[in-house]
Amino acid sequence: MLNIVVCIKQVPDTTDVKINPKTNTLIREGVESIMNPFDRYAVEEALRIKEQHEGKITVLTMGPPQAESILREAISMGVDEGVLLSDRAFAGSDTWATSYTLANGIKVLGKFDIILCGKQAADGDTAQVGPGIAVHLNIPQLTYVKKIEKIEDGKVTVERLIEEGYEVIEASLPCLMTVVKEINEPRIPSLKGMMKSKKAEIKKISAADLDVKAEYLGLDGSPTQVVKIFSPPQRQKGEIFEGEVSDIVEKISGVIKGIN
Amino acid sequence: MDYLLTEEQKMMQDLARKIADEKIRPVAKELDETCKFPYEAMKVLADSDLFGVYLPEEYGGFGGGVFELCLVTEELSKACGGIAVCYAASALGTLPILIMGNDEQKKKYLPDLASGKKLAAFAVTEPEAGSDASAIQTTAKKEGDHYLLNGMKHFITNGEVADTYVVIAMTNKAKGARGATAFIVEKGTKGFTFGKKEDKLGIRASATSELVFNDCKVPAENILGKEGMGFIATMRTFDISRPGVAAQALGIAQGALDLTVAYAMQRRQFGKAISSFQGIQFMLADMATEIEAARALVYSTARMIDAKKGNVAGVSAMSKMYASDVAMKVTVDCIQVYGGYGYMKDYPIEKYMRDAKITQIYEGTNQIQRNIIAANLLKESRKK
Ligand SMILES: Cc1cc2nc3c(=O)[nH]c(=O)nc-3n(C[C@H](O)[C@H](O)[C@H](O)COP(=O)(O)OP(=O)(O)OC[C@H]3O[C@@H](n4cnc5c(N)ncnc54)[C@H](O)[C@@H]3O)c2cc1C
Repeated sequence: MLNIVVCIKQVPDTTDVKINPKTNTLIREGVESIMNPFDRYAVEEALRIKEQHEGKITVLTMGPPQAESILREAISMGVDEGVLLSDRAFAGSDTWATSYTLANGIKVLGKFDIILCGKQAADGDTAQVGPGIAVHLNIPQLTYVKKIEKIEDGKVTVERLIEEGYEVIEASLPCLMTVVKEINEPRIPSLKGMMKSKKAEIKKISAADLDVKAEYLGLDGSPTQVVKIFSPPQRQKGEIFEGEVSDIVEKISGVIKGIN
Repeated sequence: MDYLLTEEQKMMQDLARKIADEKIRPVAKELDETCKFPYEAMKVLADSDLFGVYLPEEYGGFGGGVFELCLVTEELSKACGGIAVCYAASALGTLPILIMGNDEQKKKYLPDLASGKKLAAFAVTEPEAGSDASAIQTTAKKEGDHYLLNGMKHFITNGEVADTYVVIAMTNKAKGARGATAFIVEKGTKGFTFGKKEDKLGIRASATSELVFNDCKVPAENILGKEGMGFIATMRTFDISRPGVAAQALGIAQGALDLTVAYAMQRRQFGKAISSFQGIQFMLADMATEIEAARALVYSTARMIDAKKGNVAGVSAMSKMYASDVAMKVTVDCIQVYGGYGYMKDYPIEKYMRDAKITQIYEGTNQIQRNIIAANLLKESRKK
């Protein structure tokens, strides 16, 4: 029986995100909010762990009241319980304050064995919150997990994606893992799950329910200062030459001559 | 148009749409080319509970009816007519058990069909018995507590991939149509094998096969209704299944139109998007109107069937005939809007035309539907 917590985030659907060229901020109007795509893999992995080992899965999100919808979505996939950490005091949190708040939310939930997160959020792209939670809870962290090999005798063995390939590492439970999309293919919810999720009660936790220092929360608790956001200059598309080597050589030398 | 769906119906529709977009559309072209059966898509549909939307809760379904079945079928057909029919044909094979089966038969067969663990098929057609179903030559001879089936069926959707077959065979040839009986035959029964698998114009992901019966021993308890009720079972099944074919047609037409509108807005000629030309706009407007009219007819028919109000044979035939004729016309016109590109296999639109054609043929050709509609019309008028 494993207690699994999955931390998920609501993000704008980045497939159609636009940036206001004047203010350099995201245009959020008309953009749909979805579950962070990487978090779906974390939810799916939790469901697979539960199918093999039994356990209870709680999804946790910190966000505004409307973030409840992604908790319900996770429940429709088969998760047992959804918890919303919501409070005005949390507004403006950077990755430090967010991971501090989430870690304290997890403490309130009770005993846990595994915490799963997506490798990063599609809006901020920092990949810092998962590791931050592990630090605040003082537990091992396994990032960029592409496969869970086994969970046995209070230990987990995983394959962790690195640039040259992957490494196999072991950690003792409880631990936190962030997962990459290679780990699985998230399931589509079932009709029974969707009906259940409509009626499911979402547990709500506010700052007052947590054992936290007020000065560590929200904007005040956030050491990060965003100086400037801008769109990077568009990279020019490269050109690929195909065909016989001699033709390619000729084409490339033509291009070089053209530059000169 | 807002058809005032309940929250549950919207949920089923959304789920079917999600599966269509994420799991069906991406594989449609490949399965069309290779004629491979969409086992994975069927598994996703099963895991998501969609096989049970029209079945009673006591058998593991969701307590919906023909309308719910149509909503799901339409969504799946928008992405691929071939994959959608594998789902819809299982319902066609399940409906005779639902409407003619006794308690034991329903308890034995419906739960696995509602969960999608098993697929069903309905086998009426034979080489010499197409539109004229009364010409069936497959026989079933009683021997003690079982029947021996001999003969063959052809053009059977889900043939070989299904586990549960409803087969119409003659128990008394002398009686003609009244001598036909419906049997539930399980795959794996001794003497039941499969012949040719057809190579088709469209719906190529679906399996269409011959069923061969050679002294196939079927227990007497597998008869649906009574001996001699096979033809009635067939007609009653088609009366409620035809809106399902109409829903396929509707989905294919809508799916094709959606692609075509997007294409017309993006394709430029004479310095403008072709959607700015009135010649194109009028085609799009006609297509959209005809599809909406078909949808209104199909949905109303399905709701009438579910409400169990009156004789549905005529309207059921109308819905299948009208929607399939609309689908054929729309998909041909969609290719016209695409121009030469539409004729090429590089673009998805020609497949919609190939997939649409079958809806004018199976579960009774549209000529046969007109016969049914006229027969009902004349019967009603004689009553007056
Ligand atoms: C892909 C595919 C899947 C199928 N799946 C199934 C299945 O799952 N189960 C099953 O039992 N069958 C299935 N069928 C069979 C299908 O229902 C028959 O093909 C259909 O009923 C027509 O029969 P036929 O092909 O013998 O044509 P015919 O009956 O020979 O018809 C030829 C032509 O004559 C016309 N015609 C015939 N009689 C009349 C009349 N009285 N008045 C006017 N016109 C008439 C027809 O409309 C048609 O245009 C399938 C067929 C196909 C192609």
